Amino acid sequence: MVPLNYYLILSGILFSIGTAGVFLRRNLITVLLSIEIMLNAVNLTFVAVGRYLGSVDGQIITFFVMTVAAAEAAVGLALVIALFRHRETLSPDAYTSLKW
Amino acid sequence: MDTIAFYVFAAIAILASLGVIGQRNPMHSVMLLITSFGALAGLYILLQAPFSAVTQIIIYAGAIMVLFLFVVMLLNVPREEPAPITAAGVLGPTGLKIGAVLSVLLAIEVVWALSRLGPTWFGQDADAAGVSSVSRIGHALFTQHAFAFEATSILILVAMVGAVVLARKEH
Repeated sequence: MVPLNYYLILSGILFSIGTAGVFLRRNLITVLLSIEIMLNAVNLTFVAVGRYLGSVDGQIITFFVMTVAAAEAAVGLALVIALFRHRETLSPDAYTSLKW
Repeated sequence: MDTIAFYVFAAIAILASLGVIGQRNPMHSVMLLITSFGALAGLYILLQAPFSAVTQIIIYAGAIMVLFLFVVMLLNVPREEPAPITAAGVLGPTGLKIGAVLSVLLAIEVVWALSRLGPTWFGQDADAAGVSSVSRIGHALFTQHAFAFEATSILILVAMVGAVVLARKEH
């Protein structure tokens, strides 16, 4: 058997990888993919702790996180398409008109 | 057996996620992310959560990633352009270094804090029967969490309308 800690450590590592992706990548689609990695790391925590507490609530909140992720992906990708149509690039450095 | 499966799935998930942020080609990133989601579904099975594993495969690997693939193919930007040297400010090379250091620090901190605790063991598999029961999940979802469930349907509707409005061609 594997203790709960291992799942939490794995989840922390995956979340850090997602954070690194958001910081390091210069591509809007990869940034959205990194956000998905972070959401999945959190899902793993919810399921593991739900199993530990013997409650189904962990899996239910995972279900809600997945639906929110689906909505986020749909709107985020629509924004990416609209931005790409505007500037013909996916680099976030190109979209600085709101920067003071 | 469980331990070996855990290490295999964890290694696949971590390596595939590292590949996602290491790839220059967004298409490869999406494929590697699907691999990572498959490994996570395996971990959910190990955690006696078959419902989460199946929704992970169907919703994440099936629906969301297909949406990503669709956009990657539609935009047809095979490679990330190198960062322009003139890009000053927060997102310049210094910002990248700070971001990398911060993420590594976060990983070290989480691993350090969690490994200092003694191992917390899960309950016996007999207790897990209630957790893995899909009918119990459905019952809780449609009674206790019915409001959140309905709110989710509104959220999906709004996201659908928003995506159509945002991505439509302006006349």
